[in-house]
Amino acid sequence: MSLSKETQVTTDKSWRTICNASDLVKDSGISALLLKDGSEANSAGEDEQIAIFHIPNSEEKIYAVGNYDPIGKANVLYRGLVGCIDDEPVVASPLYKQHFSLKTGDCLQEEQSIAVYDIRIENEQVQVFY
Amino acid sequence: MNSDKQLMSKAKIVVVGNGMVGHHFVEEMAKNSDYQITVLSAESRLAYDRVYLSSYFSGKTADDLALTTPEHYDDLGVLFKTNAKVTNIDKSAKVVTTEGGDSFEYDKLILATGSYPFVPPIPGGDVEHSLVYRTIDDLEAIQASANVSKVGVVIGGGLLGLEAAKAVKELGLETHVVEFAPQLMAVQVDGGGGRLLKTKIEELGVQVHTSKATNEIVAGDKHRYKLCFSDGTELETDLILFSAGIRPYDNLAREFDLEIGTRGGIVIDNQCKTSDADIYAIGECALWNNFIYGLVAPGYNMAKVAVKDICGEAAEFTGADMSTKLKLMGVEVGSIGDAHGKTAGALTYTYENQPEGVYKKIVVSSDKTKMLGAVLIGDTAEYDSLLQYMLNAIDLPEAPEGLILPMAGDKPTLGVDALPDTATICSCHNVTKGDIIASIDAGAMTVSDVKSCTKAGSGCGGCAALVKSVADNEFEKRGVEVKKDICEHFAYSRKELFDIVSVEKIKTFDELLSSHGRGLGCEICKPVAGSVLASVWNDYILKKPHLSLQDTNDTYLGNMQKDGTYSVVPRIAGGEITPDKLIVLGEVAKKYNLYTKITGGARVDLFGARVEQLPPIWKELVDAGFETGHAYGKSLRTVKSCVGSTWCRYGVQDSMTMAIDLEHRYKGLRAPHKIKFGVSGCTRECAEAQGKDIGIIATENGWNLFVGGNGGMKPRHGDLFATDLDDETLVKYVDRILMFYVQTGDRLQRTSVWMDNLEGGLAYLQDVIMKDSLGINAVLEEQMTAIVGSYQCEWKTTIEDPEALKRFKPFVNSDKVDSNIQFVTEREQIRPARGQEKIAVKLIEMTKVEAEEVEA
Ligand code: SRM
Ligand SMILES: Cc1cc2nc3c(=O)[nH]c(=O)nc-3n(C[C@H](O)[C@H](O)[C@H](O)COP(=O)(O)OP(=O)(O)OC[C@H]3O[C@@H](n4cnc5c(N)ncnc54)[C@H](O)[C@@H]3O)c2cc1C
Ligand code: SF4
Ligand code: FES
Repeated sequence: MSLSKETQVTTDKSWRTICNASDLVKDSGISALLLKDGSEANSAGEDEQIAIFHIPNSEEKIYAVGNYDPIGKANVLYRGLVGCIDDEPVVASPLYKQHFSLKTGDCLQEEQSIAVYDIRIENEQVQVFY
Repeated sequence: MNSDKQLMSKAKIVVVGNGMVGHHFVEEMAKNSDYQITVLSAESRLAYDRVYLSSYFSGKTADDLALTTPEHYDDLGVLFKTNAKVTNIDKSAKVVTTEGGDSFEYDKLILATGSYPFVPPIPGGDVEHSLVYRTIDDLEAIQASANVSKVGVVIGGGLLGLEAAKAVKELGLETHVVEFAPQLMAVQVDGGGGRLLKTKIEELGVQVHTSKATNEIVAGDKHRYKLCFSDGTELETDLILFSAGIRPYDNLAREFDLEIGTRGGIVIDNQCKTSDADIYAIGECALWNNFIYGLVAPGYNMAKVAVKDICGEAAEFTGADMSTKLKLMGVEVGSIGDAHGKTAGALTYTYENQPEGVYKKIVVSSDKTKMLGAVLIGDTAEYDSLLQYMLNAIDLPEAPEGLILPMAGDKPTLGVDALPDTATICSCHNVTKGDIIASIDAGAMTVSDVKSCTKAGSGCGGCAALVKSVADNEFEKRGVEVKKDICEHFAYSRKELFDIVSVEKIKTFDELLSSHGRGLGCEICKPVAGSVLASVWNDYILKKPHLSLQDTNDTYLGNMQKDGTYSVVPRIAGGEITPDKLIVLGEVAKKYNLYTKITGGARVDLFGARVEQLPPIWKELVDAGFETGHAYGKSLRTVKSCVGSTWCRYGVQDSMTMAIDLEHRYKGLRAPHKIKFGVSGCTRECAEAQGKDIGIIATENGWNLFVGGNGGMKPRHGDLFATDLDDETLVKYVDRILMFYVQTGDRLQRTSVWMDNLEGGLAYLQDVIMKDSLGINAVLEEQMTAIVGSYQCEWKTTIEDPEALKRFKPFVNSDKVDSNIQFVTEREQIRPARGQEKIAVKLIEMTKVEAEEVEA
C-alpha cells in the first residue's frame, strides 16, 4: 500500500496525496486519515478522519467529507450508501439513515452538517487539499 | 369529561348482554353523550368476535378476538360489569337486578342476550365430554377434552356444525359429522349442492353421516361413548359436540311478561321495541316478523335502528338479506337469497362439474329478468356480482346462465360502475357504494383509509375485494394514481422490479438504473435491487457490481452497532451446537475481547468487533466449521427448534432434524425482509413456531404448516396453511411459499404483512400453492432449487478473496484504528463507553497479530 506522508513541516494547506485512484471503490466509500505532523494534530492530538466517495456518473465524480456522523456519534459515514435526492449527491448514514449532501455537508433532515474537503484525482493519485 | 351535574341528569340506558350486537349498540349509542350507558355481561369477558371464533383453534387468542377493552369502554364513558347475569326486571320501578344482587335503574333497557346452543334431549347425552360451540369458554373446554380424546363427533351438519368439525379436525382428532337431514347445510344449500359438499368434506378426512337420528348415547367399548342411531348402526367417540341449532335467550322476556313468539324469541316491532315501550330487543334474541336472524349483520342493523329510535330519529328495521359466503374447511360455499327456488314461478339454471368439485345454481324470476337466489359450492368467484344483481334488482343479461358458465371470454361482467349508489357493498356494517364515495370525497386516499372511515370489510371480511374494486374504481375516475413506487429513482414497486430483472435478465444495478431508473439511486432502491438480483441470480453479494448496493450490514457481513463496531453471529442451525464448537466460540470471543450473549434467536452473538477484526475472527470461525448466520441479511435468520421426539417424552416427530434440514436448505435466500422459522415437536409448541414466518408443528401424522407469524413490533400468529403433511410435501410447499413471497413481497414487508395484504388472503395463497391456480409452481420450485444449489458462505468467500478484504482495512492510508471506539467493563465483559466515559486518546497502533493473519 502506498502511504505518502508529507515530509516537510508546514502550516500551509496544499494538495496532498491520500492514495491511488485504484484504491477507490466505484459508487461507494473508503476512509482515510488527514495525517498531520505533531504540530498540526488537533487538540486531542488526533488525525482527522475523512470519507471519500467515488461516483463516476455524477457531476464531481469524487467527494471528500468528514467521516464522523454527528447524529449517530461514530466514525461511520464512509460505510453509508451513496445516491442522490432531488439530484443532490448524498450519503445516507449507515446508523440512522439521515442524508448528508456531499457537496455542502449539510444534513437534509436535521440541523447538522459535516465538513467538506476539496478533492481531485491527479496522475492517478487521489489528493485532498488540507 | 362530564361534570357531575350532567351525569346526574343523563338518561340511563342499560344493555343486557355484551355479545357482538350488544357491543355494536354501545359503540353507536356512545356517540350521543346525553346518555349514561351501563353494560351487563353474563360472560367473564367483554365482547369478542363470535363470527371468527373458530380461528381460536388456528392460533388466534382471546385477545385477538376481542372487539373492545375495558380501557376503550372507559374512554367512551361506558360503565360495564362482567360476570353479571341479569335475573330480574322490575318494569314498573325500571330496575334490573343481577344474579350477584346488584341493581341498576334504567330509562331505556336493551335486551341483547343473543342465543344459546340447542342440545337435543338424547338419553345418555348429558355426559362429561358432551360439549357445545358458542363462547370462548366453550372452546377452552373443547381444547381440554380434545387433549384426552382420539375421536370427536359433531352432531349437526349445518353451517356451525361444519365449522365445529373443522375445529375438531384441527385439534387432531378423527372427526365425524352426524346429520339428521339427508344433506349438509340444508338451510342454505339445495340437494345438489349438499351432495357435492359432502364429497368435498369427506375428501378432507371428515366422515359425514347423513340421515342419522341419534336415539341414545351409551358407554363405548373402544372409546368413551357410543352413539346408537335409529337405523341400528353405531358410532364410537370420545368427544361429542352438539351443534343442532340455536335458541334465543328469551327467558327474561318469558319471566317478566314481555311478548314472545310461539316458538320463542322476544317479539319486536319495526323500531326494535318489545311489548314494553321502554324495552328494546336486538340481535339473535329478537323475533321480527316471526323470524330470528342468526347472522350478525341484521343484528347490527337492529342496533342502529334502536339507537336512532332512542335519539328520536326516524328509523325502521325492515328485514335483512341472509346471503352468506364462507369457506368451510377449505371448501368455498355461497348461498344467496332464495337458494331453494321457493318463489312462485322461479326458474333455475344449474352447472355442475363433478371432476373439479364445482356446483353452481342461480334462481331467477319467471320472466328471467331478475336474480332471486343462488348456490355456489367449490368456487364462489361470482358471489359478489350475483349478490349485487339480486340486492339491487339489476336487470339480468339476455342469457343469465352465462353468469355461472365457465366460458372465460364472453362472460357478462358486472362492473362496479353499474352499481347504483344505494347498492350495499358491506352488509355487516351496512356500507353502500355511496358511503364509500362519500368517504373518498371527505379525503380518504387509499383503500385502507376507506375501510377505516366506513368500517367496510371489518365484519365478516367477505366484501373486502368488492370494497377495494369500488374504491379503486373511484380513485381511477378522479385520476388518483395508486402509487407503489419504491423511491424517486424507480417508478416501480419491488414486485415490478423483480419481474423486470427476471424477464429482461438484468444482472447489475447499473443496467437496471440506465434502462428503467433515473439519477444515481439511493439507500432505498439500491438494497432492493441488491436483494432482487440476489434472489434471481444468487451471486456472491460482494461481487464488484453488487458491492455498492448493500447496506452496511451486508457490505461488512455483520450488524453495525451504535459505536460503529459489528456483531458476529455464526449460524447455529436449529440451535444445536457441539461442546467443541461452543469452546471455539468462547475462545474466539476471549481472544478478540468480544461481548458475548445468547440471542433471542437461540444462538450466540459476539459484539464489539471493529471492521478490521472481522476477517480474522471469521477466519477462525470458518476454520472451525462455522458459517455465516446472515444476522445482517434480509434473508433466512434462524430456524428455532425444540429437541423433539428424540429427547422429549411428548415429542411426536423429530423436530430437530427437520429444523436443521430446513435451515440448511434456505440459508442465504435473499427476501423482501428477514425470514424466521420455528419447528416444534408437538402441540406444546416450545419453539413458538406460530410466531414465525414459517411455523411447523409436529402432529401424530406429520406436520402442520403455519404461515405469516411474526413477533416484533406487531405480533401476529401464523395462519394454519395445511395439516398433517409428510416431509416431502412440507418442503415442497415451503419452497413455493417462500419463492412466491420473494417474488411478490414489498420492500421490508414481513410475511405477516404480506399475508394481510394478499388479496384473497390465506385461501388465495392455498390455491396458488396447493392447487397451482396460477400455474407457476414448477417455476417457483425450479428457482428455489437453483438458489439452494448455488449457496455459498459469504464469509468463507470473503476471507479467501484479497480484493474483498481490502474493504475491511480501517483507513486507506494508515493501519491506525478508530480511537473513538472505546470500551469499559461491566459484569466482567466489555460494553461501549458512553460519551462522558470516553477519553481523548491518540490513535492506537493496530495490534500486529490480527493484521498479519489476514494478509497471510
Ligand atoms: C441480537 C438480537 C437481540 C438479542 O440480544 O437477543 C437482535 C438484535 C437486533 N434486532 Fe431483532 N434481534 C434478535 C432477535 C429478534 C427476535 C426474536 C426471534 O427471532 O425469535 C425478534 C422477534 C421475532 C420476529 O422477528 O418476528 C426480533 C425482532 C426484530 C425487529 C422487528 C421485526 C418486525 O417484523 O417487527 C427488528 C427491526 C426490523 O427488522 O425492522 C429487529 C432488528 C434488530 C437489529 C438488527 C436492530 C439493528 O438494526 O441494530 C438488532 C441487531 C442485531 C445484531 O447486532 O446482531 N429485530 N429480533 C437477536 C438476534 C437473533 C439471532 O440470533 O439472529
Ligand atoms: C362459531 C360461530 C360462527 C358464526 N359465523 C357467523 C358468520 O360467518 N356470519 C354471521 O353473520 N354470523 C355468524 N355467527 C352468528 C353470530 O355470531 C351471531 O349472529 C351474533 O353473535 C349475535 O350477536 P348477539 O349479540 O345477538 O348475541 P351473542 O353474541 O350471543 O351475545 C349475547 C350475550 O349476552 C349474554 N347474555 C345472555 N343472557 C344474559 C343475561 N341474562 N344477562 C347478561 N348477559 C346475558 C350472553 O352470555 C352473550 O355474551 C356465528 C356464530 C358462531 C357461534
Ligand atoms: S429489541 Fe431493540 S434494542 Fe433490543 S436487540 Fe432488538 S432492536 Fe435492539
Ligand atoms: S360484508 Fe361482512 S365485513 Fe363487509
